[in-house]
Amino acid sequence: MDVSQQISKYLKKARVGIAGVGGLGSNAAVALARVGVGTLIVADFDVIEIGNLNRQYYFFHQVGLPKVMALKENIHQIDAQIRVVSHHVKLNQQNSILIFRDCDVLIEALDNAQMKQMFIETALSEWPYRPLIVGSGLAGWGKNEIIKVQQYDNLAICGDEMFEVSDSLPPLAPRVAVVANLQANAALEFLLKDFKFKNE
Amino acid sequence: MKIILNHKEETIDADTLTLAELIRLKKFTFRILVTKVNGRVVKAEDRDNIWIKDGDNVEVIHLISGG
Repeated sequence: MDVSQQISKYLKKARVGIAGVGGLGSNAAVALARVGVGTLIVADFDVIEIGNLNRQYYFFHQVGLPKVMALKENIHQIDAQIRVVSHHVKLNQQNSILIFRDCDVLIEALDNAQMKQMFIETALSEWPYRPLIVGSGLAGWGKNEIIKVQQYDNLAICGDEMFEVSDSLPPLAPRVAVVANLQANAALEFLLKDFKFKNE
Repeated sequence: MKIILNHKEETIDADTLTLAELIRLKKFTFRILVTKVNGRVVKAEDRDNIWIKDGDNVEVIHLISGG
């Protein structure tokens, strides 16, 4: 087996929880699926709208479907073996604890800052030692140089921590996908911490 | 007092102050923050009751809408 096959095999037992599968969550989920993460636990209450297609990993024919169901379909087009556990629900403190209780790594990919706060406070209080990867600041275009990852212990914050989505500063595919893939990459770093390549 | 604020040492011109006061003093203007003191989460409603002392480790995370 080459290294990427060994990584894929190693990641089969990994479980990643993703809170929100809009621009950040759908792109991060697909990246993790491609490298072989065995189980993705995803939660989102939203359905796909035409306006989401400028950045989210969905297709025209899926407009109107719950995002969590469409994401499962899309991931299975890449690899039918991946287990996608879909929760079509608006997250709150109580259901977050139940839905994500068995994850190795958590990705916070929610849209609204209040929801982010609720989820991060819940996750940090409930599972203080579990890796948590937060997305914060992705609106607009360009400004590659201010996008960053700040990682301390088990908490990583990906984004510019500055630009809020607004009418004049929309979320657009390139910058959203950069942050989403930084999140997926940070997740991979935690998951592969003890991975060792075997030269066979 | 000296504290660690967002992983950098800072000198604060006070012997002690609440977390809410520290946030105002440092002009963290974003509405939505997650705060941690010595590794433990402090929820927004508790920031007036948590006193920051010399040597404490404080983290303030800015949350920006968009996901």
